Amino acid sequence: MTELTSFTIAQARDRLLRKEFSALELTEAHLASMERNKDFNAFITTTPELARERAKASDERIAAGKAGALEGIPLGIKDLFCTEGVMTTAASHILDAFTPRYESTVSQKLRDAGSVMLGKMNLDEFAMGSSNITSYYGPVKNPWKAKGGSNADLVPGGSSGGSSAAVSGHLVMGATGTDTGGSIRQPAAFTGIVGVKPTYGRCSRWGVVAFASSLDQAGPMTRTVRDAAIMLKVMCGHDAKDSTSSQMAVPDFEAVLGQGVKGLRIGIPKEYRPDGLNAEVDALWNKGIGWLQDAGATIVDISLPHTKYALPTYYIVAPAEASSNLARYDGVRFGLRQDGKSLDDMYAKTRAAGFGAEVKRRILIGTYVLSAGYYDAYYLKAQKVRALIAKDFTDAFKKCDAILTPTAPTAAFAIGEKMDDPVAMYLNDVFTVPASLAGIPGASVPAGLTAEGLPLGLQVLTKSWDEETMFRVCQTLEESAQFPTLGAL
Amino acid sequence: MSYILKGETGDWEVVIGLEVHAQVISKAKLFSGASADFGAGPNEHVSFIDAGMPGMLPVINERCVEQAVRTGLGLKAQINKRSVFARKNYFYADLPQGYQISQYDQPIVGEGTLVLDLADGSTRAIGIERLHLEQDAGKSIHDMHGTKSFIDLNRAGVALMEIVSKPDLRSPEEVGAYLKKMRSILRYLGTCDGNMEEGSMRCDANVSVRPVGATELRTRCEIKNVNSVRFVMQAVEYEARRHVDVYESGGKIDQETRLYDSNKGETRTMRSKEMAHDYRYFPDPDLQPLEFDDAFVESIRKTLPELPDDKKARFISAYGLSAYDADVLVSERENGEFFEVVAKGRDAKQAANWVNTNLFAVLNKKGLSIAESPVSAANLGRLLDLIADNTISGRQAKELFEAMVETGKDADVLVSELGLKQMTDTSAIEAAVDQVLAANTEKVEQFRAGKEQVLGWFVGQVMKATQGKANPATCSDLLRKKLAS
Repeated sequence: MTELTSFTIAQARDRLLRKEFSALELTEAHLASMERNKDFNAFITTTPELARERAKASDERIAAGKAGALEGIPLGIKDLFCTEGVMTTAASHILDAFTPRYESTVSQKLRDAGSVMLGKMNLDEFAMGSSNITSYYGPVKNPWKAKGGSNADLVPGGSSGGSSAAVSGHLVMGATGTDTGGSIRQPAAFTGIVGVKPTYGRCSRWGVVAFASSLDQAGPMTRTVRDAAIMLKVMCGHDAKDSTSSQMAVPDFEAVLGQGVKGLRIGIPKEYRPDGLNAEVDALWNKGIGWLQDAGATIVDISLPHTKYALPTYYIVAPAEASSNLARYDGVRFGLRQDGKSLDDMYAKTRAAGFGAEVKRRILIGTYVLSAGYYDAYYLKAQKVRALIAKDFTDAFKKCDAILTPTAPTAAFAIGEKMDDPVAMYLNDVFTVPASLAGIPGASVPAGLTAEGLPLGLQVLTKSWDEETMFRVCQTLEESAQFPTLGAL
Repeated sequence: MSYILKGETGDWEVVIGLEVHAQVISKAKLFSGASADFGAGPNEHVSFIDAGMPGMLPVINERCVEQAVRTGLGLKAQINKRSVFARKNYFYADLPQGYQISQYDQPIVGEGTLVLDLADGSTRAIGIERLHLEQDAGKSIHDMHGTKSFIDLNRAGVALMEIVSKPDLRSPEEVGAYLKKMRSILRYLGTCDGNMEEGSMRCDANVSVRPVGATELRTRCEIKNVNSVRFVMQAVEYEARRHVDVYESGGKIDQETRLYDSNKGETRTMRSKEMAHDYRYFPDPDLQPLEFDDAFVESIRKTLPELPDDKKARFISAYGLSAYDADVLVSERENGEFFEVVAKGRDAKQAANWVNTNLFAVLNKKGLSIAESPVSAANLGRLLDLIADNTISGRQAKELFEAMVETGKDADVLVSELGLKQMTDTSAIEAAVDQVLAANTEKVEQFRAGKEQVLGWFVGQVMKATQGKANPATCSDLLRKKLAS
């Protein structure tokens, strides 16, 4: 049965319809893989019985000729998406035993398309982190190991680290992620898979535990570009329950695959090549430029002058929103409560016990930057810079159709590294954060390996609502890179 | 009639600004589909959004936006076609999200005006600073358990309009007039029922004092959540006196939030400035800026009713009513409408008099609203017709009115049932006149000697003899004729 886990979503979809195997068999194969690879700690909650039930229902629909777009496809759902009747934790102690009575719009759409949820994926607590080490449920291990040298466990990136590890290791065929400053793209790069953050407003945020509302976007994490296109189409679309959800029509992203990049202008931003850029990352980037050129694209030098302000801006805006979004975790209505002598004492004890160090740090930063006397200097200024960063991209897209950059400044590092230096950790997002601030779509495609044999990703950015061009560029990179995806484990 | 506080060191004036929190009349809450109705069992009207569940998002209720614009138009205020919702962050057990969605530096309605109608018939315009939309919080109940508090979230998320006046008010009387007028306008517009007892209209008062003639504002204290017009007036009076006493004894007023204790008739500290919240307002990233066009505003403007000030002016000019009568009639929309049915084609002053004195006396006594009046406007009008065409006398009219109140029957029916028709048969009245004159020769002599006022006495006697059915004017004419002969 192991080989059933080796298929891509597109392959499995077609074979299920041809009844080469059943949805239940496909699900069982993945449940077995999950069992074998428990050590990754990719799941916070597994739902095998629910999965079998849904797989059987999928088989009935396939038999009845009523298969949905993702009928019978086993997926992992990041534990930031509320799932009806299934515990949802955001990897935080403060949401202890919280079981929603509602299903997030995105996971509902995936359910409606026939997909089979295998469980809830581990993540950094409240999606705050770049290595999945802040989870209350423990760190996730990257299925990849460095060649030679130490056998150290590596981080899978974050915050969608459970999703990236499980997709990479063939525990699930695809998974949902959320990306606030790089939380889909960076872990995708670290684990050698494809991760797509669509335009802000493409996917409904309803039912997704909020980190930073103006930045949070859901997206797919898969092993191929085609799979990401298939999954994204199901996930997005207007939702009247989310006021920031867009009315834009959803294109058939899969339909543009194969169109290539001939005639496209690819922008290369000089600001993404700082002094001291990792030589392997630099070299891979050049390789990517060459592949696109060879495929008929024109390479254009561009400038995104406010790039250096993106990370500081992000670390004002995101914590500010988070400090307010996380106020509802107060021990009054759900989740953890630590009794206290008074209401304030109960709040203090509950939040002290319920939140981890990184979450506390960001709540403190966010509270500070919104405080009377500091608001103008921090939050307001950050909003102005954010507008300038967005304008950088608007100007750049007058000269090019897509932008190519590295996804992350390094390959995956060992669990335990960079742990006592939050700023070093924040630097992981230096290439992904600008697109988040601008709201534009971005994807990471696995493009090569370091000398140690660890995956590196390239990032493709396009203007808002132009995911189609993004997918075309991604697919060309994928074809050129011939990335050695991990086999089924 | 300025309101002056006498002190040892001189005269002081009080400066007051009011914040009225008016619950918007709407079926659903401001950002959720849960019912906004009052009176359900605890936590029966609570959606996941209202309860601040993880991942829940607010979606604006357009009806509430319409109501805010409508209120803005009623206050002759600037309507901001672009406004922004902001989060006001603070922790409390009945505030599920940990923030209240409100509006901060970009409210939906800007500056406007409210005209006070004062007891002496004069008017004074008070500036409105702004009106913004915000969510109400839930209710904490602390007296049901020894150590626990209970939370009812039915009100959490209900739409409120916070209407802020400029610091233009100068006396408790003006405060009362302001609140009554605000309530009247909101009720005319149908945007708030104005019920302070049920909490659908609440008021915070900002109070400071300064020596008469001074122009700068001194430190103010905010008195929170007073729940009747009378209590707001009392609280302001107490607070102003307290400020004067503090200043005159060499002390200083601290900016703070205070509560009014209506049992003791005093205010006391609720929260000092040091304990004041830093609300960390910032634009709510879950909501887009609220934008609409002129057409939206105009479509609402078209449906505005005639408002109290306009109606008052029209009642004075078109019907010749006094400012006082007009004020009473326009205070509630239904009163004015009732009056206009009665007054149509009739003596309007007489109509106003009947509505304002006779009818309202009865309604007040019975505790009825005008909609529940046992005498319909058409029937009261009919009564006036019967007076006008001399079918009944003024005295009979009072009797008829009482019967109408008691039985609810039509005026015409009661006139024949009670035999109230005025005598129009001159010979019958003449007979009565003759009888009265014959029986009172002494008075006849007095009249003839020049004591004209005896005539009134004779009229009274004739009326008595005819059980009030004679027309007083006819009596008077006949008496004059007979006495002259």
